[in-house]
Amino acid sequence: MTRDELRATVIRVLGDIAPEIDAGSLEPSVALREQLDLDSMDVLNFMVGLHAAVGIDIPETDYPRLSTLEGCVEYLAAKDRGP
Amino acid sequence: MPILSADMTAGTLIAWRKQPGDAVKRGDVIAEVETDKGLIDVEVFVSGVVEKILVRPGATVPTGAVLALIKEDGAAAPKSAPPLQTDRLRISPAARKLAVELGVDAANVQGTGADGAITREDIEHAAAVKPLVAAQPPAAAAATAALDVARMRRTIGAAMARSKREIPHYYLATTIDMQRAMAWLGEQNAKRPVAERLLYGVLLIKATAWAVREVPELNALWVGDRAVLSEAVHVGVAISLRQGGLVAPALHDADRRSLDDLMRGFRGLVQRARSGGLRSSELSDSTITVTSLGEQGVETVFGIIYPPQVAIVGFGKVVERPWCVDGAIVSRPLMTATLSGDHRVTDGHRGGLFLAAVDRLLQEPARL
Repeated sequence: MTRDELRATVIRVLGDIAPEIDAGSLEPSVALREQLDLDSMDVLNFMVGLHAAVGIDIPETDYPRLSTLEGCVEYLAAKDRGP
Repeated sequence: MPILSADMTAGTLIAWRKQPGDAVKRGDVIAEVETDKGLIDVEVFVSGVVEKILVRPGATVPTGAVLALIKEDGAAAPKSAPPLQTDRLRISPAARKLAVELGVDAANVQGTGADGAITREDIEHAAAVKPLVAAQPPAAAAATAALDVARMRRTIGAAMARSKREIPHYYLATTIDMQRAMAWLGEQNAKRPVAERLLYGVLLIKATAWAVREVPELNALWVGDRAVLSEAVHVGVAISLRQGGLVAPALHDADRRSLDDLMRGFRGLVQRARSGGLRSSELSDSTITVTSLGEQGVETVFGIIYPPQVAIVGFGKVVERPWCVDGAIVSRPLMTATLSGDHRVTDGHRGGLFLAAVDRLLQEPARL
């Protein structure tokens, strides 16, 4: 997937959890939990959704690297290219 | 019409899931009702055959009103009953919501999705062709569709005001070292696929459920002028809703379920609390409530008891703080646990034993 496709995927998965989000106003480098008022159940569902969408295993210890929109794209792009 | 929250006085019948002649057994969902907690699935208390439906979809009736007549098992089913087969409706939450917005009775819609599931398109189609005879004006139907946050706030306010008026609260707090619990959870989750990972919240729920077995007076309901202890431990879990407001549906028999089972139940509750479809028993059965504002970053929360319960347990967020272990200062993940208790039923001594039990149980997470 290209970075744009990954970004669109991340936003789509977020939209399933927080339907009211406005993708245009998401700050790429501000924590998603703060911007979208996500709780731990939302974060878990976000990781489940990402895993289902891109087929990449995301260990719990990597969650901090996926705290922002930009972080998610970086992380998934790096994993997508393979080890 | 069941009473689904402490100050609920009326509810709107949205749809019937069973029809006259259908056999029902205890726990089956028979109808959907719109309340200030959103759309609720109403369960039947007895097993038998639906004999007659008395309230039409769209009608608002007071709590206690008879919605339908059920001939209990042991008596023969009425011969005139049509042999209807209605399984639980296969419908997505989005389609269900749309059905309510458009005033469509989903039970009468033919699904075209996978396995006959009803899709949003089916609802839209049904709305387009449905006769313009609604049980209530479309404007009123639309008004009840979205979760009415103002109404929910009034209900919460009424319940909490009643609690503060009637229940002499006492409050206790203690700090719990969460190192073992968090380390154990990390090990577990490292071995698990993402969809099967546990949140530390389920450890807290399980520890609470076991701790009340040691101090059973906290797991009780105030009835009339005395507390009635509950044999079953149904832990209410406070869940905040994105639109505002909160509900605290029950995880039934939390003391007897595995962490995995509790986690599945917890996920289901949160999902249904936010998209509709909580069951009436989940809203009315809690025997003690757990609230955790940890996500919002507070370290301590003292809950207000939800009547007729007699205790509420609060958990703050887990924070790294200096802590003394064997005379040395070390960094540890700490959590403040609190108890708000009803002084008519327990006192600080018993409450303290409960919090000590929670602490002790969380030190051996593998046994939970």
